[in-house]
Amino acid sequence: MSMEKVMDAKTDGGAAMPAGAAMVTADGVPVKMRGSNVNVFYGEKQALFDVGLDVRDRHVTALIGPSGCGKSTFLRCLNRMNDTIDVCRVTGTIMLDRTDIYDPSVDVVELRARVGMVFQKPNPFPKSIYENVAYGPRIHGLTRNKSELDDVVATSLQKAGLYEEVKDRLDEPGTGLSGGQQQRLCIARAIAVSPEVILMDEPCSALDPIATAKVEELIDELRENYTIVIVTHSMQQAARVSQRTAFFHLGNLVEEGETKEIFTNPRDKRTQDYITGRFG
Amino acid sequence: MPHTVTLFDQELKAVAGRVSEMGGLTEAMLSDAVSALTRMDKDLARRVVAQDKRVDALQFEVEEQAILIIARRQPVAQDLRDVIAAMRISNDLERVGDLAKNIAKRVIAIDGTFDSKKFALGVEHMTELTQAQLKDVLDAYANRDEETAVSVRERDDEVDAIYTSIFRELLTYMMEDPRQISICAHLLFCAKNIERIGDHATNIAENVIYMATGVQPMDDRQKQDETGVVAEPSS
Repeated sequence: MSMEKVMDAKTDGGAAMPAGAAMVTADGVPVKMRGSNVNVFYGEKQALFDVGLDVRDRHVTALIGPSGCGKSTFLRCLNRMNDTIDVCRVTGTIMLDRTDIYDPSVDVVELRARVGMVFQKPNPFPKSIYENVAYGPRIHGLTRNKSELDDVVATSLQKAGLYEEVKDRLDEPGTGLSGGQQQRLCIARAIAVSPEVILMDEPCSALDPIATAKVEELIDELRENYTIVIVTHSMQQAARVSQRTAFFHLGNLVEEGETKEIFTNPRDKRTQDYITGRFG
Repeated sequence: MPHTVTLFDQELKAVAGRVSEMGGLTEAMLSDAVSALTRMDKDLARRVVAQDKRVDALQFEVEEQAILIIARRQPVAQDLRDVIAAMRISNDLERVGDLAKNIAKRVIAIDGTFDSKKFALGVEHMTELTQAQLKDVLDAYANRDEETAVSVRERDDEVDAIYTSIFRELLTYMMEDPRQISICAHLLFCAKNIERIGDHATNIAENVIYMATGVQPMDDRQKQDETGVVAEPSS
């Protein structure tokens, strides 16, 4: 299977990274990513205060909270997207397996291949559907020849639930697809480089309910093989798709727990007030 | 803190208000039904039967409004628990109304008199306890008072114990004089109905606890109703 080859190629080619101990939660669940004492500053303004959060392996973790609460900022720390903002400064540690991703020896490009991202607005490249998905594997040198690349493109589109809809027009522009299809194309593009974690920043906010349902269904399927962190403004969506929910407010992580607990019996009054629509 | 959408608050308040109204009505029905029973007042009994229609109508309204809130607002956390508790509690209160009505109907149906101070005292005592349970649990609902709800839930044993003693007594009368069997059977059902109203008060208490804390009480309480054991033939 070509995907396995892709994985092999990546492990073989991976740079040596600083090692730590494997992470687990207090109740013994494997942890894929762990943020400890994470502070983020935009210039003088502090956006996150001492956030500590475990992202469980092969779980969907939803980050919720009112606008400006720091949830997207935290999400963007997880693959160092904040590096692109000049005035942004991050302190604390964020571990991915045994690696501190802010360690100077970490190759950011490789990190972002392991921790992929899907954005709020579908943003396909102005290229063909095929090229959109093939781009990542090609620049990361994950395939050896055209037929392997074809396989990766087809498998990724299949995993994103889009293959059947586009298989006869792979050379048409990705921008010609509907909004929901474009978003699934972006998910296929993220999957194509075999990431371990997929970050989603409000992936459904620009989609209609049917397209949203398809993406949610997809998230549930992807959970088998990937760790997913999703920022969403839709409380119902967080309740539907995630197993764990973290509530942020004014740059603090207020409460993190099992999704069903958060939505039936939250511990913190602020969480309760937010999810029941009392402020926001 | 109020909801950003004020209409949502009004809707929740309206549902809770109807549940409380049902509570007041069923309390009065129980009290009137037992008065009718101890005084054999058939007019009062007829009024109790008529009251039950209002209780049924209220329960229908609570259910309809709760369904609308779920469909329109997708309540979560405290709001969700309020709506679910209101639906469940109105269900219990509707049954309390039915049971009170059933007592009243038996009063109308009973032919003849039954003169037993002991029975009357027992039923009255049981009613007092049940009524206190019902009143306390309805107050606990209105005030989200977990503590009172817990105590109501633990007190159900007393009612069960009195019911067991009334059951034994009526059984003795029936054995002594078979002509009394018909009336004693009616009275036995009346006592059973009061005892079951106590059970509904316990259910309501459990839902108040759920509403207030988010935890569904699970542990089994001690059972005092031993009529199942007494009914076995004994030498």
